[in-house]
Amino acid sequence: MRCDFADSLLQGYFDGELSAPSAAEFERHLQHCVHCPVELVDLDLLRERLQLAQLYEAAPASLRKKIHADLRPTAPTTAMSQPLLWHWLAAAAVLLLLAIAGWRVSPVLRTDDYQAELAEEIVDAHVHSLQPGHLTGISSSDEQAVKGWFKGRLTFALPARDFANDGFALEGGRLDVVEGRSVAVLVYARPGHLISVFIWPTRERDTSPRIGSRQGYQWIDWRKGKIEFCAVSEAPTSDLLQLQWLFTK
Amino acid sequence: MNDLDAEDRLRFEQLVLPHADAAFNLARWLLRKREDAEEVAQEALLRACRFFRGFHGGDARAWLLQIVRNTCYTWLEKKRPMELSVEFDEELHLQTCPTPETIAIAGDDRERLSRALETLPPRFREILVLRELEGCSYKEIAAITSIPIGTVMSSLSRALRQLYSVLTNSYHKEAVREV
Repeated sequence: MRCDFADSLLQGYFDGELSAPSAAEFERHLQHCVHCPVELVDLDLLRERLQLAQLYEAAPASLRKKIHADLRPTAPTTAMSQPLLWHWLAAAAVLLLLAIAGWRVSPVLRTDDYQAELAEEIVDAHVHSLQPGHLTGISSSDEQAVKGWFKGRLTFALPARDFANDGFALEGGRLDVVEGRSVAVLVYARPGHLISVFIWPTRERDTSPRIGSRQGYQWIDWRKGKIEFCAVSEAPTSDLLQLQWLFTK
Repeated sequence: MNDLDAEDRLRFEQLVLPHADAAFNLARWLLRKREDAEEVAQEALLRACRFFRGFHGGDARAWLLQIVRNTCYTWLEKKRPMELSVEFDEELHLQTCPTPETIAIAGDDRERLSRALETLPPRFREILVLRELEGCSYKEIAAITSIPIGTVMSSLSRALRQLYSVLTNSYHKEAVREV
């Protein structure tokens, strides 16, 4: 048994999509209708079930690979390295000043779709990399060797640096796929933990670090000189912040 | 297809590709098969890339999903026209919809919900997927599906009620079996 209001306003009210006057009208109706409150509860239960069932199906890796191949049919060249390096150096200088002026962290979990999706994918890639035999494309603590391995595989100059003296030993690097494109990953070792730093070129402005966590993994993301970095690990956020500082100092 | 210059390609990668999951998810539920969804989602993304110059900012997800949706319907028309001939008519559909055994057999709730969703006509399915799985607003749904915003509300309401009734029917069937 449904009343007229159920047909015209109930769904919009439930979804918070009614104008204020319509919502008020429906609320007045709710006070003396025996059907609509029950229907609202049913809707709520159904929505909860739908959400618990996790019906969302993300794109399989094979699709991302195909799109990636479609977008970049030819092998990447290193033609962009030089200008990007200069951007990077210029931005590094600016950031150094900013760092001296007092660098701020925004401990805000980014909530928009893009960032949530990105963090999710990066955490998954990191977890995947922890499986045996997947860890590194090149296993070396030598900056030059790591840079050499990436040469020709990337379209930007990779800031591969070893911070062993500061407690973050470079373990190696690999290529991974995030959002359908190749990204560089540097791996650092901390006592008991590995940290993956995902690095790719961006056109966005520099940002101060943002942090977040997902399923027991911490991530921190920042952009610097047209390069975006996202470090992820089970290690505490303070370790990630320290590594971020080492990269930007 | 790769007639975008480097800058456009980068923009495409940053604005549109992050919504590859949304594209696949919508295609998966419209076509009901993952393999088909992968093929069609890829085609839709290529189309999106080809016509990317025609995209002048705005909601990239809605833009992409519109393309995915149209690509899915074109594909269905070609390969499984029967599915589209289902009238957008609740009464008729309730009599003909293939709820029975499959749903009752399904063990867990995800399976049950997913099968129930698959028995709905595509137009109901898409609106549920956009609202309940993708979290689109009515305005976004209207933009993606090209239906008036007022119709979004009533279609969604009908789609949810139908899903509810399919689920309830399947429960009744199970209850009868268990007795």
